[in-house]
Amino acid sequence: MADPLVIAGTSFTSRLIAGSARFPNQQVMLDALEASGAEMVTASIRRISLEGYSGSLIDLLGDKYRILPNTAGCVTARDAILTAELAREALETNWVKLELIGDRELLYPDVEQLVHAADELVRKGFVVLPYCNEDPVSCQKLADVGCAAVMPLGSLIGSGMGIVNPAAIELICSRSPVPVVLDAGIGTASDAAQAMELGCDAVMIDTAIAKAHDPVRMGAAMRAAVEGGRLARLAGRIPKQRFAEPSSPQLGLVGS
Amino acid sequence: MQLRINGKDTELTAVTVAELLAEQGIDPAARFLAVAVNGSVVRRAEWLTAPLAAGDSVEIVRPFQGG
Repeated sequence: MADPLVIAGTSFTSRLIAGSARFPNQQVMLDALEASGAEMVTASIRRISLEGYSGSLIDLLGDKYRILPNTAGCVTARDAILTAELAREALETNWVKLELIGDRELLYPDVEQLVHAADELVRKGFVVLPYCNEDPVSCQKLADVGCAAVMPLGSLIGSGMGIVNPAAIELICSRSPVPVVLDAGIGTASDAAQAMELGCDAVMIDTAIAKAHDPVRMGAAMRAAVEGGRLARLAGRIPKQRFAEPSSPQLGLVGS
Repeated sequence: MQLRINGKDTELTAVTVAELLAEQGIDPAARFLAVAVNGSVVRRAEWLTAPLAAGDSVEIVRPFQGG
């Protein structure tokens, strides 16, 4: 059953976008990405070291995965826009995961600058996927300026706290005119499944795979969870109710 | 002349982006490189000719692992 994720006219079979950071080593990263089934992998853009210039791990990933550069760590729209432009030149992609951080400890998005930078990048021809607050109004503003998707946070980046406000995520999913990719906070497979069940179109996972005891196995677990959650969403869950409803027939009960 | 390269003041003789990369021991044919001068990206096709002036601020970047 074909059920592709479509962002800006591009189809993906996998609904899991994976990060490439924090893995114990390169081979584990490659194996975990393979196990996760991800087709798109995020990368940062950083100054090269002038002392010890060496190959980048993107040399390993670039031919196998679609690389989604981010603007992680940027705190001003100006720096984020320049980072996106450098990424476009380095990777020959006009896609960018736009991050604009308003608090270096919490890594919470700065919505005001985010909307401003998104607007400008869309005008410059970028396909913008912004990491944003789990707030329907922010998400709507980002869609209004032309973002190709929105990436609301489940909880703080790297926290593994899961989806702290599922009602807000569900609300965003029900109203968003563009795909919703849950970003940040996923700790384990059930969090990824929950995101999909709430109606997210995809999830973005880095730390939960990279820092798991066995990242390769967790990559496989996340793949199964995303697929399971998506299927459950499409299947339609039963409504919750306060009382029991027997599943076995009531007629012909032995001894009655 | 003095240039600011990746946030560090450096004394160089290079007068183009291509010469600057060579002087820093960076292969300009390497994949996934990007350069900005004074906040504007210099496209790869312009590296041979793009001039540098004293005091210019140069960023040389490439992709790294990220989330």
